[in-house]
Amino acid sequence: MTHSLRIGFIPLVDAAALIVAVDKGFAKDEGLAVELVREVSWSNVRDKLNIGLFEAAHLLAPVAIASSLGLGHVKVPIVAPFNLGINGNAITVSPALHGAIMSELDGDPNDPMATAQALHRVVVERARAGADPLTFGMTFPFSTHNYQLRFWMAAGGVDPDEDVRLVVLPPPYMVDSLANGHVDAFCVGAPWNSVAVDLGVGHILHFASDILQRAAEKVLAIRQVWADKNPDVVAALTRAHVKAAAFIEAPENRDEVTAILAKLEHIGVSPEVLQRTLDGKLKISPDGTWRESNRYLLVGREDAGRPDPAQAAWLYAQMVRWGQTGISPQALETAKAVFRPDLYDAAVGKPSSPSDDRANIVGAFAGPAFDPADLEAHLAAFEIARLKS
Amino acid sequence: MPEKSPKIVIVDESPIRAAILEEGLREAGYTDVHHIREMQNLLARVYQLDPDVILIDLENPSRDVLEQMFQVSRAVRRPVAMFVDQSDAESARASVDAGVSSYIVDGLKKERIKPILDLCISRFNAFSKLQDELERTKSALEERKIIDRAKGIVMKLKGLNEEEAYVLLRSTAMREKKKIGEIAQSIITAAELLK
Repeated sequence: MTHSLRIGFIPLVDAAALIVAVDKGFAKDEGLAVELVREVSWSNVRDKLNIGLFEAAHLLAPVAIASSLGLGHVKVPIVAPFNLGINGNAITVSPALHGAIMSELDGDPNDPMATAQALHRVVVERARAGADPLTFGMTFPFSTHNYQLRFWMAAGGVDPDEDVRLVVLPPPYMVDSLANGHVDAFCVGAPWNSVAVDLGVGHILHFASDILQRAAEKVLAIRQVWADKNPDVVAALTRAHVKAAAFIEAPENRDEVTAILAKLEHIGVSPEVLQRTLDGKLKISPDGTWRESNRYLLVGREDAGRPDPAQAAWLYAQMVRWGQTGISPQALETAKAVFRPDLYDAAVGKPSSPSDDRANIVGAFAGPAFDPADLEAHLAAFEIARLKS
Repeated sequence: MPEKSPKIVIVDESPIRAAILEEGLREAGYTDVHHIREMQNLLARVYQLDPDVILIDLENPSRDVLEQMFQVSRAVRRPVAMFVDQSDAESARASVDAGVSSYIVDGLKKERIKPILDLCISRFNAFSKLQDELERTKSALEERKIIDRAKGIVMKLKGLNEEEAYVLLRSTAMREKKKIGEIAQSIITAAELLK
């Protein structure tokens, strides 16, 4: 029996496993007829998932958690049986801000602590000169981009709510906004950082993996009530994604994968730009400097597809740190329960092992190792925060 | 309307749709209606107008920008999301189907919102119907042109008059169970190939 599913996505490289699962027939092999629906905003994806117009969606991991907690919107419990991507974002700055940071830099430009401290000096100098605060673009209030930018700058002494402006911008508008000076920098996923560099309007200052070595980025999101009613379909969909992710990660398939993703109805940018992201080899400056990292974007390797509740706990901790919600043990459990390694294990036929809350799973460049068991103590270690009293 | 008309902001890059919506709202007695067309600095514009209700089409990527209003850091009135009442899934679906989404400032009573949303849904539907009709008219016009061209080719090649040429096209279409426009298009393609 064939199950028909409508699945929403945003044209970004970390939708790759979903797109390839459909395009290469992995979903069909599992008895699924998937209609991919390309969307223009995360709000649309979330709302259409919530009211049942989509059975599943490519979703920002923090939005799945926020939806389950009822933050910022209506409360609709979501489960994620598959993690679509680990890492994959980058921070891009305007040539002017890049110059300012570099002239204040004391250390390695790839060291986020050195750049954050340099940013702090730039910010202090601007305030002294009476200049407008710097503006940083990110994709959504509940996004890894928001948390990565905040984590980075706060480590250098920049208060993201007081010293600079953080604004939401739709990814397709990021590059234009940087070019016309509406923002001085942004944090976004592929391909937009590379587009800015190619147009000569931005420098990639950091890969997000400089800030956090392992950060859950997007998940395959499903309404919990629907998932509970359709366990076989969820398992089939998860298996199709596992196969697609393995296909994507195999270097010999790279050309085929980038050609699939490049199609206009999918992501619609050149295969070469997509290749940079998947290879983790990016042009970071208009002058032609390249940088390589084997952690830039993980689609399936290093167990990236298996949801890890410790990652959900870290994201919840950021919501608490920045005052989007208060701290509560129940909310932490709810957040962790969004990421479902048990569904993943059941789908691939592995005996389910309880997910260990491995210490410092995120590998942040600053602060103490992440401890989901004692969030309060962990968060107390950060000087700049907006904890709700 | 005994109470003061709520301030409504329409965020829409399509001036025609916005005008249709605005007209409908005014006819229904909502006098305080504003239109934002420019997406740059959208949030600042919205804060400046300080509306009670915000309407935005779902094709607009700037919907995500409005989500920032839900954050606590700003000292402005906080709107609540479009699905004010979680139990009202039907109206949420109707709204999403029509392609409109609304944000409503906290404190505005739900019964005051419902007619606004209903009106938006019907106006948005009216707009897409209008667009469909426009598309249909356009393609009908195109088809007429194609048939005229094909008729000309047939008249020339077979020495027929206009009516005979048309009858030939029509009977071929009927025999092959195709649209007359499709037959006409194949004649034009063939004629170009054989030129």
